Amino acid sequence: MKFVAVTSCPTGIAHTYMAAEALEQSGKAAGHEVVVETQGSAGSTPLDPAIIAAADGVIFAADLEVQQKERFAGKPTVDVGVKKAVHDAPSVIAAAVAAVEAGPPSGGAAAPVAVAREPEKPAGWGTRIRQYLMTGVSYMIPFVAAGGILIAISFLLASVAWDENGAIEVTNVDQSILISGFEWGNLQHWSVLFLAVGGTAFGFLVSALSAYIAYAIADRPGIVPGFVGGVIANLVGAGFLGGIVTGFLAGFLAHWLATRNVPKGVRGVMPVVVIPLVSTMITGFAAYLIIGPPMKAVNDGLTEWLNGFSGTALIALGVILGLMMCFDLGGPVNKVAYVFAVTGLANAGGDVGSTEAKIMAAVMAAGMVPPLAIALATVLRPKLFSEAERETGKAAWLLGASFISEGAIPFAAADPFRVLPSMMVGGAVTGGLSMAFGAGVLAPHGGIWVTPLVGKPFLFLLALLAGMVVSAIALVFAKGIGRNPQEEELEAAESVEALMHN
Amino acid sequence: MTATPLITPDLVAIDLVAKNREEATRHLVNLMAAAGRVTDADGFYADVQLREAQMATGMPGGVGLPHARSAHVSVPSLAVAQVPGGVDFGAPDGPATLVFLIAAPASGDADHLKILAALARKLVHESFRTSLKEAPDAQTVSDIITREVVTP
Repeated sequence: MKFVAVTSCPTGIAHTYMAAEALEQSGKAAGHEVVVETQGSAGSTPLDPAIIAAADGVIFAADLEVQQKERFAGKPTVDVGVKKAVHDAPSVIAAAVAAVEAGPPSGGAAAPVAVAREPEKPAGWGTRIRQYLMTGVSYMIPFVAAGGILIAISFLLASVAWDENGAIEVTNVDQSILISGFEWGNLQHWSVLFLAVGGTAFGFLVSALSAYIAYAIADRPGIVPGFVGGVIANLVGAGFLGGIVTGFLAGFLAHWLATRNVPKGVRGVMPVVVIPLVSTMITGFAAYLIIGPPMKAVNDGLTEWLNGFSGTALIALGVILGLMMCFDLGGPVNKVAYVFAVTGLANAGGDVGSTEAKIMAAVMAAGMVPPLAIALATVLRPKLFSEAERETGKAAWLLGASFISEGAIPFAAADPFRVLPSMMVGGAVTGGLSMAFGAGVLAPHGGIWVTPLVGKPFLFLLALLAGMVVSAIALVFAKGIGRNPQEEELEAAESVEALMHN
Repeated sequence: MTATPLITPDLVAIDLVAKNREEATRHLVNLMAAAGRVTDADGFYADVQLREAQMATGMPGGVGLPHARSAHVSVPSLAVAQVPGGVDFGAPDGPATLVFLIAAPASGDADHLKILAALARKLVHESFRTSLKEAPDAQTVSDIITREVVTP
C-alpha cells in the first residue's frame, strides 16, 4: 500500500525527523511505501498533490496541528502522537493498514481535530463525538472567560457607582449612551461599557460552541454554517444544547459537501459559494424549524426541573450542581450546570435572595474549588507534584479565585481518576453549604472579585473554603493510592495538622 | 557549511556517570558552555528542562535526546555522552546509555537545522547507535557523527 504521513513535534528539531525515518523504515520493512512531510524547523516541503492522491491512507504522527489538513480529507487516516511513531512505528503502520482495509471513513468524516490524542488506532465514534464536542468547548471558553470577567468588573464598578443595587441598575441602563452620550468621568457609564463589551463576548457562548464543533468536524468549511446555526439556536431559545446540535449538523453537512466529487468547472466555486450557501441554508432552516422547538423544550424542561427544587431539595440541588461543576472542569457537564445558573439569573428579578441567585452562588463557589484545592494541595504536599505542576499550582490560585475551573485541567488531564473525584467531593460540599447558607449572587462570573456583590459574603467564602480544604485533603489521599499505604496515612494526618495550624 | 563544526571531541563525554537525567543534561550543557557555544548555561539548561517537561525525550534503543531551541545558544551544537550505567530519560524500554544534547539557536539557519534533522533520522538506525555506544574515545564519536551526519 501507499501511505502519506505528516510528522511534527513541539521543538521541531528531533522527533519530527525521527518519526519520519522510523515510519519510512518500518513501512519499507512491511512492504509499504511511506512518503513523509516533516513539518519541522528545517522548513517543510509540501507533499506533491499527486502523491497524496495516489496514497491509500494517511498517517498523522503530529503533536502540532497538521498544516493544511484539508489536503488529506476523505482518506482513511490514523492520528497518533509523534512519540508513538518514534517508539513503535511498526504498530502505527499496522494501524494504518487496518484503517485502509476498513475503507474510507464512514459518513465522510475525516480524522478528528484531536484535543485528547488517541495513541492507538483511529478513534471510535464515541471518542470522536467527544473530541468534536471538547474542541467546541475549548474554543468557546476564552469567550466566556473574557466576557465573564468583564461583566464581573462591570458589576464591581457598578456597586460603587450607584448608591445601592448597582449590579442591577447597571443592567437597566440603555446602552445607547455608549455611542451617543458617553461621559469619560462618569463611573456609571464605565460600568455600562464593561457590561456591554463583556456581554457581547459572553453572547458568543452558544454560537462559538456551535461554530467550533462544526470546525472540528469539517475544518474551515464548518465555521460559517456553525456560527449561523449557533446564533439562531441562541435566538430561538434552544440554548447551548441547541448550539451543540446545530454544530454537529453544520459540521457533518459541510464535511459531506466538501468531500463530494464534483465536475472540474464547479470545483473552483465550491469552497467560496456552494458549500457555505448550501450548508448555511440547510443548517439555518433546520435551526429555526426542526432543532429550535424541541431543543427549546428540552432546555426549558431541564431548567424547570432544576427550578422545581426547594427547601432540603435545594441543598441537594447545590450538591448536584457542585458535583457537575467539578465533574469535567469546564466540559459539557460543567457547562450544563453553569449555563443553567446563568440563564436562571434572567428570572432572578434582581433579588440576591432569589432561588436563582442562590443557584448562581452555589455554582460559582463550587466551580472555584478545583483550581484552589489543587493549588492548596501543591503547597501542602509539594512532593506529590512535579516541579512543573507546582508552578502551575501558583497560577491556579488566581484562576480559581477568578472562577475559572479550567485552571485545574492540567492536573486533571495528567491524572483524571485521582483528581476529578477529589474535586467533586469538595465541589459537592461547597455547593451544598452555599445553598444551606442561602448565599446568593447576581453576577454570572468573577469569583472572589464579586464577593462584595454576594448576599451573605462571609458564609459564601466559608462554603468555598470548606470545599477547597476537603478537596485538597481528598487529593492528597488519592495521590497516595497505589503507594505505601501506611506512609500515606501518616502524610495525610500531617497535612490535616498543617491545616489546623494555618 | 559554516566554519564551526557541529561537534568536536571536547563536546563528547566518555563513560559518564550520572544519577539522573538532570545530572547528565547538566554535564553536557557545561561542556557546551566551556566550549563557548552557549552564552548562558543556566538559561539554556532551563530551556532544555522546559522542553523535557513537555514530553520525555527518551527513545527506544537506549537513547536520551534532550534538546531545545534557545536564545542562549550561539552556535548550533551537539554534545554526546556515553553513559554505560544508564540514565532514565523516560523511554518505555529502559534507561538511556547514549545521551545527545542538541542545542539550536532561536534563529536557526536552515543548513544546521537540516544537519540536526539528518542526525535525528540517523538515530533511528540501530547500527548508527551501536557504533557510537562502542566508540572507544571522544575523537571517534566526533568523527563518526561528522562522517555519517554532517558530510554524508
